[in-house]
Amino acid sequence: MTNLVEMKGIEKRFPGVHALKDVQFDLRPGEVHALMGENGAGKSTLMKIMSGIYARDGGEMLVDGKPAAPDGPRAAQDLGIGIIHQELSLMNDLTAAQNVLIGREPRRRFGRLDEAALNAQTAEIFASLNLKMDPRTQVSTQTIARQQLIEIAKALSYSPRVLIMDEPTAALNDTEINELFKVIDKLKNDGVGIVYISHRMDEIKRIADRVTILRDGAYIDTVQAADTPLSTIIQLMVGREVTQDTPDIPDTSQSPVALEVRNLSRGSEVRDVSFNVRKGEILGFAGLMGAGRTEVARIIFGADPRDSGEILVHEQPVNIRTPHTAVQAGIGYLSEDRKHFGLAVDMTVRANIAMADLGRFAGRSGVLNETAMERVALEYIDRLGIRTPSDMQEVRFLSGGNQQKVVIAKWLLRDCDILIFDEPTRGIDIGAKSEIYALLEDLAAQGRAIIVISSELPEILRLSHRIAVMCEGRLTGIVPREEATQENIMKLATQTDGLAEQTEETTQ
Amino acid sequence: MTATINTNTQGTLAKLAAGGAFQKILAFASLVILLIGFSIASPNFMQTSNMIAILQATSVNGVLAIAATLVIITGGIDLSVGTLMTFTAVMTGVVLTNIGMPLPIGVLAGIATGAFCGFLSGTFVARMKIPPFIATLGMMLILKGLSLVISGTRPIYFNDTPGFDLISRGSLIGEVFPALPIPNGVLILFLVAGATSYILSRTVLGRYCFALGSNEEAVRLSGVNTNNWKIAIYTLSGAIVGIAGLIIASRLNSAQPALGLGYELEAIAAVVIGGTSLSGGRGTILGTLIGALIMAVLLNGLRILSVAQEWQTVVTGAIIILAVYADTVRRRKQS
Repeated sequence: MTNLVEMKGIEKRFPGVHALKDVQFDLRPGEVHALMGENGAGKSTLMKIMSGIYARDGGEMLVDGKPAAPDGPRAAQDLGIGIIHQELSLMNDLTAAQNVLIGREPRRRFGRLDEAALNAQTAEIFASLNLKMDPRTQVSTQTIARQQLIEIAKALSYSPRVLIMDEPTAALNDTEINELFKVIDKLKNDGVGIVYISHRMDEIKRIADRVTILRDGAYIDTVQAADTPLSTIIQLMVGREVTQDTPDIPDTSQSPVALEVRNLSRGSEVRDVSFNVRKGEILGFAGLMGAGRTEVARIIFGADPRDSGEILVHEQPVNIRTPHTAVQAGIGYLSEDRKHFGLAVDMTVRANIAMADLGRFAGRSGVLNETAMERVALEYIDRLGIRTPSDMQEVRFLSGGNQQKVVIAKWLLRDCDILIFDEPTRGIDIGAKSEIYALLEDLAAQGRAIIVISSELPEILRLSHRIAVMCEGRLTGIVPREEATQENIMKLATQTDGLAEQTEETTQ
Repeated sequence: MTATINTNTQGTLAKLAAGGAFQKILAFASLVILLIGFSIASPNFMQTSNMIAILQATSVNGVLAIAATLVIITGGIDLSVGTLMTFTAVMTGVVLTNIGMPLPIGVLAGIATGAFCGFLSGTFVARMKIPPFIATLGMMLILKGLSLVISGTRPIYFNDTPGFDLISRGSLIGEVFPALPIPNGVLILFLVAGATSYILSRTVLGRYCFALGSNEEAVRLSGVNTNNWKIAIYTLSGAIVGIAGLIIASRLNSAQPALGLGYELEAIAAVVIGGTSLSGGRGTILGTLIGALIMAVLLNGLRILSVAQEWQTVVTGAIIILAVYADTVRRRKQS
């Protein structure tokens, strides 16, 4: 049996990142081939190459045994390759049918649309999906789950022979997932090859025939799903050596609680989350993309409203409604997107540091006192070891690590003693990472309470005193560092509702 | 029983709001209220001759606003419609008066000039990736300058082309119904509105107009050549501006090269009052038409009430802010 698709020695580089290194992948007709790996392992990149969205930098791709190099989504569709993207890519202002058949609208003469045929064709596809939806429904009025189903219908409308599904169930409930799996079974019987990307371990067991594991952009292994235990797959996924230079954990069990969160909820993103952080403690938040960690942080910081729940700072309830009130309560949030939310990159280091608290540098006339600003800027440049030729250097010329330190300086200047770091080392090279780690440990040692959200497990294990793990909006466990391993955290992070009962004994 | 009815009404209201219909009703209601208010305030307002004057005043701004609506629905903006209108009028003048070509060629020349300039703007935006604001700001100045250069800064008169003034001033409707001497300029406005509305709702071009404004990247990933479609939309928009150029040249029986600047803002104001979203993806020609009428009724009514012209401008500005605020409130309630 010839493979539908065969990819060999695939290479892909982005500026500063070697995203795929000599990766291989093949797909047979009528199989579900799961692609597994941690965040950033290269799964989506590989599939974007297969579907013509990215061009590969090296390697070979064969479709039906013939060399192929789709140079765009249209070319891939012509080869019979369809993709359901991880992020919804629908046009919200259009109707369901208009979305499903975008680019292939049934036409009459002179470029006029045949709306009746458009709706009829879409209704047919919906029926095959067992989806009860009026094709004329406007997309923006539908829930995320139903939008996802529209997206699936759109991919099916091309009658693809290869269908790539990137986390198709992330927003679906159990009934909808069952419905989707029925569709997948039907497609398998029709000989369609399906690439399935998911973080949900239970799903892999249910529908996958083979599993290919990627790690850090490299091919690790391909195994049969039926006779490989989940633990083996997890091990292959995380695989790395844990860095050994983990410093001693200070005993903070007697310190006062700096921040306590009780029963925090917001829609389906954050469900009944409770935890606390003591002074001097670093609490790590682990979980897969979309687990709800950033959402929790944004609620605590007042950037998003909450449906219910209590927030206590130094054991006093505080009513945080806006970031302004959060800062007044002493909570600082360092966003993962520094350039967007953290820094004015075209301004100087001095201006950026002072920005957090300009009022303190202004006299009664409102004129800024540059000398005082310079003194404070120089003090923080020295304290945090910010490498910059002067405090008048524009921030965009600094390296990622030094930019991060400028953001930290801003928050320290505002006397925040509860600091939430969201992906503090994203986009920062390895040397600078350990400096940021040391800085976070210093901040904790000075009695500040630190929360670190990170998608890199080694980073969480290296930094945290305790590790809170989230999955699908729920807090699935809090593990002290001495007991934490990559494996047991990964298990908690993939403990979906469906799998919860099965793994109960192993994790408790 | 009552509860059921309530939920039903609420559901219908929600559906209306989601479809953007609420804004249309709001705009239409404002128009009706303005009409009633002014007719109570002044007996001269509701006379046929005044109504026709309002429609005539709407014709140029209305056609320009329709052209601007197309671009705004794609998520862009067009600042050049005012000076492009003048440029097409000047080019028509060159072809008819300076070269002495027959009337139909002059009409075609005006529309073709508009389409070509729209094609250029579209190319700057789609292929060269220049933000629409900047690309059309550049076009606005280029066209203003070129109009003055080509005309030698003097108006071009159409006295040698008999019948040119009838394009706007004549009244085909009046010949059939003598009681309704609606000028041709207004007839053209409604024809353009009908045709554009049809294109937007019934053709592939219209579909991509909304799709681009809604999520351009998604359209591109669906395998659609987004650049070509965007250029096509700007080209169509330019051609419609050419029609506005003919209306104004015919009404003045001359191409006035210094005119045009400021018209683009009035057109955009009409679009916004009519409920088209400046962020793209949503909008209707009917809304734009109502928006243009609201502005004309307001100015006309204030003039009849002898409000000073300076204050008329102030009121126009306030209306724009109110209209957009109403839209924002509606959307906040929705989410």
